[in-house]
Amino acid sequence: MDLVLTEEQELLQQTVRDFVARRSSLRRIRGLRDTRDADGFSRDLWREMARLGWVGIVLPEEHGGLGLGYLELMGVMEELGRGLMPEPMISTVLLGANAILLGGSEPQRREHLPAVARGERLLAVAYQEAHSRHDPHHVETRAERAGGGWGLRGEKIQVLDGHVADRLVVSARTAGDAHAADGITLFLVRPDAAGVAIERQSRLDGRNAALVRLDDVRVDADAVVGEVNQGGTLLARLLDRATAGLTAEMLGSMSAAFEMTVEYLKTRKQFGVPIGSFQALKHRAAKVFVELELARSAVMHAHRMLDERRDDASVARAVSIAKARCSDAFMLVGDEGVQMHGGIGMTDEHDIGFFLKRARAAEMTFGDAAWHRHRVAGLDGY
Amino acid sequence: MADVETFREETRRWLVAHAPASMYAPLTDPDDVCWGGRKARYPADVKQWLDVMAERGWTAPTWPREYGGGGLTKQEAKVLAEEIAKLRLRPPLTGFGLSMIGPLLLQEGSEELKREHIPPIVRGQIRWCQGYSEPGAGSDLAGLQTRAVRDGDSFIVNGQKVWTSYADKADWMFLLVRTDPEAPKHSGITFLLMDMETPGVSVRPIRLISGASPFCETFLTDVRVPARNVVGRVNGGWLIAKALLGHERTMIADVFKSRDDKEKLRALARRHLGEDGGRIADPVIRDRLAQLEMDQACLDLTLARARDGAKAGHKPGPESSIFKYYGTELNQRRRSLAMEVLGPNALGWEGPGFADDELRMTRDWLRSRGNTIEGGTSEIQLNIIAKRVLGLPD
Repeated sequence: MDLVLTEEQELLQQTVRDFVARRSSLRRIRGLRDTRDADGFSRDLWREMARLGWVGIVLPEEHGGLGLGYLELMGVMEELGRGLMPEPMISTVLLGANAILLGGSEPQRREHLPAVARGERLLAVAYQEAHSRHDPHHVETRAERAGGGWGLRGEKIQVLDGHVADRLVVSARTAGDAHAADGITLFLVRPDAAGVAIERQSRLDGRNAALVRLDDVRVDADAVVGEVNQGGTLLARLLDRATAGLTAEMLGSMSAAFEMTVEYLKTRKQFGVPIGSFQALKHRAAKVFVELELARSAVMHAHRMLDERRDDASVARAVSIAKARCSDAFMLVGDEGVQMHGGIGMTDEHDIGFFLKRARAAEMTFGDAAWHRHRVAGLDGY
Repeated sequence: MADVETFREETRRWLVAHAPASMYAPLTDPDDVCWGGRKARYPADVKQWLDVMAERGWTAPTWPREYGGGGLTKQEAKVLAEEIAKLRLRPPLTGFGLSMIGPLLLQEGSEELKREHIPPIVRGQIRWCQGYSEPGAGSDLAGLQTRAVRDGDSFIVNGQKVWTSYADKADWMFLLVRTDPEAPKHSGITFLLMDMETPGVSVRPIRLISGASPFCETFLTDVRVPARNVVGRVNGGWLIAKALLGHERTMIADVFKSRDDKEKLRALARRHLGEDGGRIADPVIRDRLAQLEMDQACLDLTLARARDGAKAGHKPGPESSIFKYYGTELNQRRRSLAMEVLGPNALGWEGPGFADDELRMTRDWLRSRGNTIEGGTSEIQLNIIAKRVLGLPD
């Protein structure tokens, strides 16, 4: 597969771009934050995105999806990223639906995937813990056999869209010590089950996350997603898909922030001339542009590897290269964006700060750059 | 497709039948490169390899047969290159003739110039050098001062060129001269071909901080060059020079794409820093090595994306500036990291107590400092991106 978008893919992306420009705006994002909106996103927009097919874009047609590829998804995510849209693509589709698609039983797929594709069911994957930092295989939450089912006990942090999810996918340790990749099992949990306490968290980027406490939560045996003790591999697979989608979103966000900054360089005048005529700023802007180009190549490659159905290690490597690159590049764009905007860039009134905050949040989501470098070095055997 | 496979089969058989056994080896020493030229003295097997390939036109596979080229289609040339790579055969001939002036003459040169210059390039008989930079014209290349004054059917050239790679070994030079000092600086420049044996040409090698170097200064005193050696129009040389510069930048970026380097640096780190459960023991160096390799991967992917885009009919952008800027910075980081991995062993200049590969790495590090200067400095590349892509004002 060549590293170039087809006409159809470009057309789809343009459609999403128009939709985002027409239906969303940074003012809306600001409003969600300032009004402390209960959902933190728009259910109307979400249903409309589902109607247009984007929510189910990578889900198979037999489960109500469009059955398209990750390069198509990349275009959607990039445009949502341009608008900093908080609608729950990553939590519901890339994490939750993928957990069920890649690991779930046929009844689980039939029950949840069509509802997800219709925009009627929200999912969240609760995997991160207070001591896990970036390692998804560090799991202290325990699940023990109880009657014919399981009892779950533990606490998950920063569960994306956990406050609105209709179902949670929870990682829990069923064997081995806290760091082992083996011995992890994924469970489907109802948020209204006895012993589940969900508390919304407030993050710097305004994106939606929640604490999920599990106090002897009882689930049936058929709540297991995939195989008992084999959830670590499944978790890594769905996290790689979600991470790919996140890098595309980041690419869109950083492109928008950079365009905003270049525009400012052309219009802001000091000493009687546009500040973009100063070589000190020109060179820094040009360096950021180079980083963006490299990031785009890495992101496209990661999505291509998924579409070519490469083996897990090759996908993991490509995704980690993209995530490391995007983490660093987005932070650079955010830092430089604020610096080049000068004083106005430090004000809450200006939008550039939203991108800087999102850069930091996205960097820390699914592993920062250093963690992905560590992962690639491991995959490459050094 | 059947035709391609037949061609592949025939090509492979022909290569195996004609390549001397000693040519099945990657180039490790820069001195082993076959540059051709009147002054070249090469071992018999190198000469034999050059001659059989040149006879078939396969030193310049896609050039027209009428000038001695191979007359292959792009696809056939790709197959040939792939087969040569698979057999790990050395390139029979390298140089500015094949990579720069030859393609330019085929595109812009008069019939007379093509007939005179292309066949000797294909056969490796004439080696070329490039006379662009001057002591007063580096980044501001168009500010060049070497004068060429018309005298009958000749130009009389006076001035000085600097950073002329291999001028001491080359037979001909393509150079930029000022033919109209009154015109705006870009409009008074002419592109000339000059025989280095013409009276008035003298060459002095330049020693770099890394020791020996291919660079020279070239002094031109009343050098008489026939007017028919002008490529393009008199005073129209800048456009031609610019076309060649983009090519040079991509070439420089490509040079740093060395697969072997990756393994070498990993092995070096294991040797000097030890291992811990299969990992390079020093976590800081390990992280920086991973960063370097991942950055290289991103650059490679961007090169591939540019190629795929061109294939799909996208207009070429300022890619050559991105590649030149990033590829050279990356190479410098790689060479610096090698020094840090070597530690005190990085300090050797020559003689006992230092391994040959360590000595070479030290020289390579010093030499790499020039990568961001030659072929348009990093700052010039950033200027180009700021202006042509971002549209930032002057």
